Amino acid sequence: MNTIKNSFRDLVRYPSAIVGMVIISILLSIGIYALATIPYSEAVRLWRGGEDVWYQNPKYAGPAWLNYFNSKKEPVSFAVSTVDEGMKKVVNPADKDVSSVEITYSFDYTYDTFPQEMSIYFNTTFDKKLPFVSIAWLTPDGRKIRIADTAVDKKFTYRFSQDPKLQKSLKDDNVMEALYKDPKNPISAPIKGTYQLVISGATFEKDSDINAQFVFHGGLYGMAGTDKYRRDLLLPLLYGTPIALAFGLLASLGTALLTMIIAAFGTWYGGWVDELIQRITEVNLVLPFLAILIMVGTFYSRSIWLMLGVTILLSIFSGSIKTYRSIFLQSKESSYIEAARAYGASSTRIIFVYLIPRMVPLLIPALVSSVPSFVFLEASLAVLGLGDPVLPTWGKVIDDAFTDGALYRGLYYWVLEPAVLLMFTGLGFAMLGFALDRIFNPRLRGM
Amino acid sequence: MATEPLAAPVGSSPVPAKPFGDSTFMRMVKYTALKLVTMAFTVTIGVYLTIMIANMGGYVDTIMRNEIRDNTTQAMLSLPANRSLDRDVLQKLIQDKIASQEERLGLNQPFAIRSLNYLKNSLTLNLGRALNMTSDNGSKEVRLILLERLPATLLLTGSSELILFFASVFIALSLSRKYGSWLDKVTIAFSPTSAAPPWFYGIFFILIFAAIFKVLPFGGLVDSPPPDNSIDYALSVLKHLILPASAVIVSSIFLSIYNWRTFFLIYSSEDYVEMAKAKGLTPRDIERRYILRPTLPTIITNFALLVITLWTGFTITETVFLWPGLGITLFRAIGLYDTPVIVGSTIIYAYLLAFTVLLLDFVYALVDPRVKVGAGSSQ
Repeated sequence: MNTIKNSFRDLVRYPSAIVGMVIISILLSIGIYALATIPYSEAVRLWRGGEDVWYQNPKYAGPAWLNYFNSKKEPVSFAVSTVDEGMKKVVNPADKDVSSVEITYSFDYTYDTFPQEMSIYFNTTFDKKLPFVSIAWLTPDGRKIRIADTAVDKKFTYRFSQDPKLQKSLKDDNVMEALYKDPKNPISAPIKGTYQLVISGATFEKDSDINAQFVFHGGLYGMAGTDKYRRDLLLPLLYGTPIALAFGLLASLGTALLTMIIAAFGTWYGGWVDELIQRITEVNLVLPFLAILIMVGTFYSRSIWLMLGVTILLSIFSGSIKTYRSIFLQSKESSYIEAARAYGASSTRIIFVYLIPRMVPLLIPALVSSVPSFVFLEASLAVLGLGDPVLPTWGKVIDDAFTDGALYRGLYYWVLEPAVLLMFTGLGFAMLGFALDRIFNPRLRGM
Repeated sequence: MATEPLAAPVGSSPVPAKPFGDSTFMRMVKYTALKLVTMAFTVTIGVYLTIMIANMGGYVDTIMRNEIRDNTTQAMLSLPANRSLDRDVLQKLIQDKIASQEERLGLNQPFAIRSLNYLKNSLTLNLGRALNMTSDNGSKEVRLILLERLPATLLLTGSSELILFFASVFIALSLSRKYGSWLDKVTIAFSPTSAAPPWFYGIFFILIFAAIFKVLPFGGLVDSPPPDNSIDYALSVLKHLILPASAVIVSSIFLSIYNWRTFFLIYSSEDYVEMAKAKGLTPRDIERRYILRPTLPTIITNFALLVITLWTGFTITETVFLWPGLGITLFRAIGLYDTPVIVGSTIIYAYLLAFTVLLLDFVYALVDPRVKVGAGSSQ
């Protein structure tokens, strides 16, 4: 107990250890938050979801905070609905079954570029008679533009840009520009100010109702942006954290513990056991690690947990088994081992109670320092297209971005966000491991 | 292996090598032969394991069956005597022929016997035919597809590893002399950056130098179209080599320097170094004879480990930089589910690793005095 306290006091003396611990605790809290707020099945569903899940988001939209750096402010996407009261809806019953529904939404537009697209998703209830709506658009300079008059089915989507009638009446193929620009001004720039969308509807039955969702696709979206499939990148960035940590920690813990136990058994029993372990290590050195992982991924399954198992299996018989062996060989001859033998302790007891615990100080720095390489390994596999097919991970985002040529197309956020997170994880563990190494390795003290 | 700068002190080594004469040579031969046999044995087991892993899903069988079907069908169709035959009759003939071919190649034998056949084929680099991929001159032989890619891989690994290794050892040596200076501290501060693999730095390098500043190409081996004259061609390759090679170097140089620096610091506090200093030897002599010479075996072992990790780490770096080496071939093969190529490159990697280990064992024998005096060959 005291040694742990002392080690911790030593640790606080190293700035790198403090920075490392801060980074790791931030990551851990993000991981816990992600697991607590998004259940596993929900994460998988969202990540695998197509247009029906993500229709509210634009494609290839950068994160909203890019506006702090851009000189030309790009519009930020949003979606509002009458269901969650984001849009104002007033129902006025007129005659017996007829009632009018007035849906309005006004928003400030302070951006320098035009939006990608605007759509209205109608959701109506009726028995036989279709409700009717007319959509109007009010600009800050007081113009009122009639957009469309149409009957709406149970599910009906109105897309502004794809309405040929609207293109004709605006005398402009680019509907978005026509709706936002000043017609008198020759420079094509949107007017800044408050715009209003007015949907005036009428229902012709008793329980008939109109609900609408106004979806605005700007150039930017949310805290992390979106990808090719309109998916919010915040999901893989958040959910990738616990996965990366779990993969890194489990792989390094599993590898380090198993390596140590096998090395201890080998040295304790000696003879053919030791010889066999040595030979396996040599064979394993020749086996190409990544190529085998790739083969397993291609032929069997790409599940991240299988990959984890194979990774541990291939990493056990590595160079470190020889290091441990040489240290165990020394401590095997120690007098306390002899004492243990004298009182009749079994081999397993000696290995687990006397041999291995002595190695813990050596184990801890090695364990912490090897976490980043496993975290990056997971990302590497994903970049190779061997990432888990159902789980949202950081590597998967980088892979998607690369497949889509994000760097060529200037979509830097797509690659940089997961890359920065990976880098932070790597740095956090590397810095802590570095300090631990100096504390537990007396030869490095003061160097 | 260009180890001249490090191997130079061998001649002036304090270890008395002369009196042993011929027997030293004989011991070297014996040691090398022993190593060769061990390595051959290890490679065989390694390749056999690879086959077992691959064949767990029956894929090697599929490779064989496909090859037989392709060859037989082609041979039968191109035979002029068969042209006049009815379609059904011809099909039946082909099926019979395939069945007999499969029997000839032992596909109806139990796996234990068959796997030994596969082992023989693999060890002789008889890797079968690719399913979809072709080499640049149109061959479907896996061996040709892979061997064609080897030079590009060797160019990248060779140049970056050698620079990385020698740069880090020599920078570390000079840093260990200036222990505690700000340069020393900067290196220590930067060493955690080596947690990230080369491809990761590659992304940033592409972003900075290709996408933003547009000074270096995004990837590839040469300009397109390739220059006609060989000097321009070489220059073009060099230009394309800069980014991937620096990604590899930057990704591990700081940690490498840090490790070597610590290692040299530990050795330069040994008593015999203090003794040499007291004798008034020049710092250069101390470095060569009292620090580098005794640490040479360790340096070489580390070099071996570095080479081994880099062989495999290049798959993704090559992919990111579209470098037409073995790695990107493997990557494409994954995409196309081209199993013969995947198994084939695994085997090639196994060979490359074994060759590296063997070569370094040999160099080790050259510089480790214990091997010279015969102690090394017993273990």
